[in-house]
Amino acid sequence: MIEGAGPEELEAWTGKMWNAALAGDEYAAADAAMTVLDSGITMESLLLDVIASVQARVGREWAANRITVAEEHTATAVNERVIAALAHHPTARDRARTQPRRGRITVACIDGEWHAMPARLLAEVLRLRGWHVDYLGAQVPTPHLIAHLHRTDTDLVALSSSIATRLPDAHAAITACQATGTPVLVGGAAFGADGRHARLLGADAWATDARQAAGHLSGGPPPRPSPGRQAIDDLPHLGDQEYTLITRSAAELVRHVMGELERHIPEMAGYTARQRRHTAEDIAHIVSFLGAAVYLDSPELFGDFLTWTAAILTARGVPAATLLPALTLLGDRLSDFPRATLMLQHGRDALSASDDHPARPARPAHGKPA
Amino acid sequence: MWLSAPYPVLVVAASGVILQVNDAARLLLTTAAPGVPLADAAPGWLARAHGRSGAARTSGPDTGPVAGPVPGPVPGPVPGPVPGPVPGPVPGPVPGPVRGTIGERTFEARPVPSGQGLAWWLIDHTEHELTERTLRTERERTAFLDEASNELLSTLNLDRCMEATARLAVRHLADAALVITPRAGHKHPVAYCGPQGTVVREDLAIDPRLVPGLAEALQGFPPVPSRWIDPSTAPGWLAREGLGAVGSMVVTALPGHGVPAGALVLLRGAGQAGFSEGEEVFARLFATRAGAAMSAARLYAEQTAITETLMRELLPPKTKDLNGVELAARYRPARDTEFVGGDFYDLHQATDDGDESLVVLGDVCGKGLEAAVLTGKIRNTLQALLPMAGDHQRVLGLLNGVLLSGDRSRFVTLVLASVRRSAGRVALRLTSAGHAPPLIVRADGRVEAARTKGTLIGMLDDITSVTDTVTLEPGDTCLLYTDGVTEAVGGPLGNEMFGEQRLCEELEQCGGMPPEALAERVHMLMGQWIGGGDHDDMAVIAITAPRRAHLSAVGGQGPGRFTA
Repeated sequence: MIEGAGPEELEAWTGKMWNAALAGDEYAAADAAMTVLDSGITMESLLLDVIASVQARVGREWAANRITVAEEHTATAVNERVIAALAHHPTARDRARTQPRRGRITVACIDGEWHAMPARLLAEVLRLRGWHVDYLGAQVPTPHLIAHLHRTDTDLVALSSSIATRLPDAHAAITACQATGTPVLVGGAAFGADGRHARLLGADAWATDARQAAGHLSGGPPPRPSPGRQAIDDLPHLGDQEYTLITRSAAELVRHVMGELERHIPEMAGYTARQRRHTAEDIAHIVSFLGAAVYLDSPELFGDFLTWTAAILTARGVPAATLLPALTLLGDRLSDFPRATLMLQHGRDALSASDDHPARPARPAHGKPA
Repeated sequence: MWLSAPYPVLVVAASGVILQVNDAARLLLTTAAPGVPLADAAPGWLARAHGRSGAARTSGPDTGPVAGPVPGPVPGPVPGPVPGPVPGPVPGPVPGPVRGTIGERTFEARPVPSGQGLAWWLIDHTEHELTERTLRTERERTAFLDEASNELLSTLNLDRCMEATARLAVRHLADAALVITPRAGHKHPVAYCGPQGTVVREDLAIDPRLVPGLAEALQGFPPVPSRWIDPSTAPGWLAREGLGAVGSMVVTALPGHGVPAGALVLLRGAGQAGFSEGEEVFARLFATRAGAAMSAARLYAEQTAITETLMRELLPPKTKDLNGVELAARYRPARDTEFVGGDFYDLHQATDDGDESLVVLGDVCGKGLEAAVLTGKIRNTLQALLPMAGDHQRVLGLLNGVLLSGDRSRFVTLVLASVRRSAGRVALRLTSAGHAPPLIVRADGRVEAARTKGTLIGMLDDITSVTDTVTLEPGDTCLLYTDGVTEAVGGPLGNEMFGEQRLCEELEQCGGMPPEALAERVHMLMGQWIGGGDHDDMAVIAITAPRRAHLSAVGGQGPGRFTA
């Protein structure tokens, strides 16, 4: 899998870079990166086996409440700076120069997607493999993305999304790109560990990571899709309007559940403003994940989110049992919606099951209810 | 009774000899008469059909080329007997109807058992077949134009339009096609699609006058009919490898908005039928659509280029280190379709390390492009006032005068931040003019507002302001922001204002962050707070005293080698 380095060696480098990133020491991190290259490890391996591992650890440590939000952002910023510096490294420049010229690829994050690192790594790896890459960065509004496609003759759009609540937006972006005749490759935790949501949303290709994506494209981009498909063509169940109604009344649903919770749970009277806000944010997350699950007609998506949230809350000393009454209150409110009702029931079952076997907070398709 | 039928009828014995003929049949088949073998009086397809019929079964199955049973619509044009041979014997004693030509017309022969043999009723099918064929052609053309519109409308990229035009032409009209647009510089942009359907897009230094009708088409003159064009004159860039000898050629203009968008050349190999007049007309119909799409794409590209040029001055500048002070900014216009708005910032780096750099963040009234144009004027004015930046009050006073001399309905709030690095620390002079005071985020997470306030600019003749001086220790950040941040409405309950209090609380979690992480954090919190809701322009700038020595102090080690 890796040229020129064993797993132990890579792990050692990852540890060094992790410490530097956590300390916010970009120079130590950059020095470590240069030493890795000097030791004969390829640029691609450095990006995908070392830096990506550091970034994955950032997510795990945050989920387990072992690092603060500030540390999480700092470590990410250090990684970004190191990647920026590496792009100017002679190895990367020579590599990109000597590779045969391939087509042109646009790499972007879905609107509302802030985790830019996976897309950034993909962009760098594709450049190393000889593609002309336009990297548009985090949270790209779909109109900007489409305007870019009209301006440039792009062979493929690679879209990244880590949070499942962004999937309806991802679907809009995928169909909009395809309507310009541009094929779309998607990646990121939001699309499911097996890429099921990518298929459901009509993406032309899906990859688990940058290496796989680059491998997929080694034989050239997929054929241009024929335009003329709309979202409802992929997901006929959207015709029942449940997604529309839940999404439109999301804020009202949150207010209703908050009000009822305060009436039913006496302890809430003693909550600080901050605690109250966190509760409201948690409920808002539940509602938006419910919306995404209804959009995709995927009870598992909702169940996975709840067990993941339960683990996050447990790691922060908040009893996850508080999620159940919220689900019940939402169920009362949405009793006219058969699919939402099924999702909520599935969610309650998943939560009860995870109570017995607490899940490890490793699932990255999270909503960061922090 | 059938003797007087308006249809030709022949009664034929099992032996193949004609028994009876009516008047209509005699008019059609002049030699047909009782006693004459059918094969002598009628075309072979009819005789063979009779031979295969149950009435003639005694003679065994016919293995020669036969006219088959009528298989519904007949594909393709009708060359001689139709349709082509269809294998398999006709079951039962009476065969189904068959079709074939007699003279220039097409007939359907329907056998009916009649006493001693089979009565063949001949029904003239010429008009019917013509209608069928016309309908089929029309349907194919409609489907093609539909496909063409779909593909051409999907993109506003000129190269893609050219490629699509060439590809579509080869799929439906010709063996090879070339799309050429008016010269750009010394070369003509060209898209060529060969018989395999692969498109090559190139820029060629070629002379269109070498191809009859091409220069004319590019200038919008009436088309030269295909029959006047000698295909052997086609130059090598047109008659390419893979096509073989060119048999026929059509050159048609791609009409544009007043001027031709280009020209389309269709080529057919020597073995293929030439272009009929109808096909030439249809090619022009397709060219009209392709030309319209290409013109729209060209117009879009031109407009985009103009917008980009004009916008360049209005876009927020790229952030960079200011003489060892780290800095990051984020900007989000009110509308996702736009790139600029009424919030702005600017950076003016000092030429010498020891001097002050100036950072400006401001907010003019209004949104969108109109507001952005005003921000451009203010940025230009401030640029001119830079030599006075040591005195914020003087700069603001002069800017106020400039704005008052114009349209009085326009005003601006802003913050001036003069920034100087000294001995690992950063000295700031901060002056607010009607703007929210900057927030100082200490490395340990304490957050305090700068003590500066002042009158907004462009409204009153006399303005006042108070400047605060702040020192940033390593890891401290000064955050400048516009009211789009604190006045954002949304949150989990959907109707709350974000507010300064909440911003401070969030920033307390951000102590010691690098500036881009902090700016990104605020940007992200805002994105989550507003959700999909409406919002104003938002801008933030984080100015940070680095926690470690600057690149230049690293001494050729580390990333400085490559970032210099």
